[in-house]
Amino acid sequence: MISIKNLKAEIDNKEILRGLDLQVNAGEVHAIMGPNGSGKSTLANVLTGNENYEVTGGEVTFNGKNLLNLAPEDRARERLFLGFQYPVEIPGVSNAIFLQTAINEIRKYNNQEEITPKEFLDRMKEKAKVVGMDSSLISRSVNTGFSGGEKKKNEIFQLLMLNPKLAILDETDSGLDIDALRIVSQGVNEFKNKDNAVILVTHYQRLLDYIIPDFIHVLYNGKIIKSGGKELALELEEKGYDWITKGEK
Amino acid sequence: MEVASGKSEKSLSDEKLINEFTDSEYKWGFVTDIESDDFAKGLSEDVVRKISAIKKEPEWMTEYRVKAYKHWLTLKEPKWPNVKYPEIDFQDIRYYSAPKKQPQLESLDEVDPELLRTFEKLGIPIEEQKKFANVAVDAVFDSVSVKTTFQATLKEKGIIFSPLSEALKEHPELVKEYFGSVVPYTDNFYASLNAAVFSEGSFVYIPKGVRCPMELSTYFRINAMDTGQFERTLVIADEGAYVSYLEGCTAPMRDNNQLHAAVVELVAKKDAEIKYSTVQNWYPGDKDGKGGIYNFVTKRGVCDGDNSKISWTQVETGSAITWKYPSTILKGDNSVGEFYSVAVTNNFQQADTGTKMIHLGKNTKSTIVSKGISAGRSNNSYRGLVKIGKNADGARNYSQCDSMLMSDKCGAHTFPYLEIDNNNSTVEHEATTSKVSEDQIFYLNQRGISTEDAVNLIVNGFCKEVFKQLPMEFAVEATKLLALSLEGSVG
Ligand SMILES: Nc1ncnc2c1ncn2[C@@H]1O[C@H](COP(=O)(O)OP(=O)(O)OP(=O)(O)O)[C@@H](O)[C@H]1O
Ligand SMILES: [Mg+2]
Repeated sequence: MISIKNLKAEIDNKEILRGLDLQVNAGEVHAIMGPNGSGKSTLANVLTGNENYEVTGGEVTFNGKNLLNLAPEDRARERLFLGFQYPVEIPGVSNAIFLQTAINEIRKYNNQEEITPKEFLDRMKEKAKVVGMDSSLISRSVNTGFSGGEKKKNEIFQLLMLNPKLAILDETDSGLDIDALRIVSQGVNEFKNKDNAVILVTHYQRLLDYIIPDFIHVLYNGKIIKSGGKELALELEEKGYDWITKGEK
Repeated sequence: MEVASGKSEKSLSDEKLINEFTDSEYKWGFVTDIESDDFAKGLSEDVVRKISAIKKEPEWMTEYRVKAYKHWLTLKEPKWPNVKYPEIDFQDIRYYSAPKKQPQLESLDEVDPELLRTFEKLGIPIEEQKKFANVAVDAVFDSVSVKTTFQATLKEKGIIFSPLSEALKEHPELVKEYFGSVVPYTDNFYASLNAAVFSEGSFVYIPKGVRCPMELSTYFRINAMDTGQFERTLVIADEGAYVSYLEGCTAPMRDNNQLHAAVVELVAKKDAEIKYSTVQNWYPGDKDGKGGIYNFVTKRGVCDGDNSKISWTQVETGSAITWKYPSTILKGDNSVGEFYSVAVTNNFQQADTGTKMIHLGKNTKSTIVSKGISAGRSNNSYRGLVKIGKNADGARNYSQCDSMLMSDKCGAHTFPYLEIDNNNSTVEHEATTSKVSEDQIFYLNQRGISTEDAVNLIVNGFCKEVFKQLPMEFAVEATKLLALSLEGSVG
């Protein structure tokens, strides 16, 4: 699905990613953990083409294409999705118009026909139910005046609507209450299948109780310094990062 | 007073982006090659009398024009708007131009085919086609009306919709009663000039208790070179009547500036409602600021009777300079005034626009929603006055002025004025300034939407409250127009 080799990136001339390697295959869930400021969001932004970040080295192949050469919208159209850590408000633009535009742009790029209004509405209703989103939130402007938790739910709602191949979810669990966490996790589990993949960025083991990862990676100082199975999360929860990061840097 | 200028680190300051697509084509910039009867350039009492004579006007109108002209000579061009332009030489303008073949009002067969093609190209329905059965059109080409559609259908209901010159012949008493009653010739420099040299316009009268069954619309087209357009619109809704009226306008692309100084007067009697919408798309000049229309317009309505309502909606995307303040005098008790505006400026365009709400009657209510969008090196000012007279007990006003900046080099300014002479009234004012942020664009990009489309979505979202006031077809038009005038302006 995605293959990242020796990726280096900087922002404002400050090096953040310092040679990162990661391979994710179809059907897999990878969790990325790591202390604040270690570069997790930077990785998500670099992969999705945020122009504030400059790639200074390495390669990324996504479905056989050189991802780093594509414009951000084309990466999305290649079916790469980012659930934002801080979703943006867009006043006056309804969720419906926004998603319909997005779906049709993605379809057009992939030489598919536009979604019919009926198909679209049915899909909206079905997916809203999965994440327990009120229909009033759907007709409202994108994220405008949404609570922190509602914004995160809206990201998962969009994930389900757009149905990408690879979803990077940047701290989708932070700011959620216990019920919302469960619902959001259900959404992700509903999305997941053998043909797609998920990269979960999280600080908390509890998310991983709901969404079981195949691999856990520890990102520290712009590199993955440890990888393991789901038990690694428990170990981290118990011992923190010190025991791994000692000797690094 | 607040002044915001486009400086923010959040801006998309990428010079490349700016240069890559600053040109947005003005699609309506063609010239119609047609023989016309033009006056020589210049203005004098003689010219004023000649215009009146060529229109075969009644004596009183000729005298009115001459009085206006003499008054105009005593006035000075206003300098208070927040716009800059070189001195206008009023002797270097042609005050009358008409296509040679005079239009025949009964049939289109008599109209020069070149003219028909022009309006067809502009997408203006001047034939009574089924497709446009819900819109009646008065098409004005330079100084004359070419064709007014659906007159017969409207006449059955007693509605008068005709070129002003025709109304002067057929309904002289009505015209005389209301002409200049809302905007007197002494009102201001350009209103005075207009009263002297106006050449054409539309006249609308809706009789008591009649709801006009279709949208009425006037389409203004400037074609002739060095010619000013001075049209005059008069809309009267008698007691309990309703009308929705729309005006649109375009002009060829020319290197020199052309003057457009219109006057619009609205009268709403007891329980009547007038909705007046404008989609203004005069040629804005090229991307270096060369050419374009000077749009200096006086628009005013009076809510004359109790419970009457006047609603102005304007989408201003064109003109090199726009200077207009559609206003409402709320004279009747419980009368309502509304002003919804989107003003877009790009490249070197300048706009100083807003409204005046004059509350005189009791429990009068006004709403002002103004959305200014500035791109390129343009300057966009909102200027609004809310006046509450001493007898206007229970008057209420709500104003909201939002500005959006699309570049680092443009400016947005807000000048709200309040004059309140009654303590038993409420006035609320809100203002915001925002930028299309990189974060918003990236968010949309990440969902598969291109930057150009992202900007359009964001800007349309910003204008939503205003667009939803427009009649359906025109809202679609306005959305497209907005996209065109901002094409490639992210910078
Ligand atoms: N615009 C910027 N200029 C300079 N440094 C920046 C900028 N943006 C991010 N950084 C730095 O890059 C580093 C990595 O940030 P990043 O957001 O990727 O961390 P993170 O692992 O996602 O952290 P968290 O767990 O807190 O979300 C941080 O030290 C941060 O301060
Ligand atoms: Mg982060």
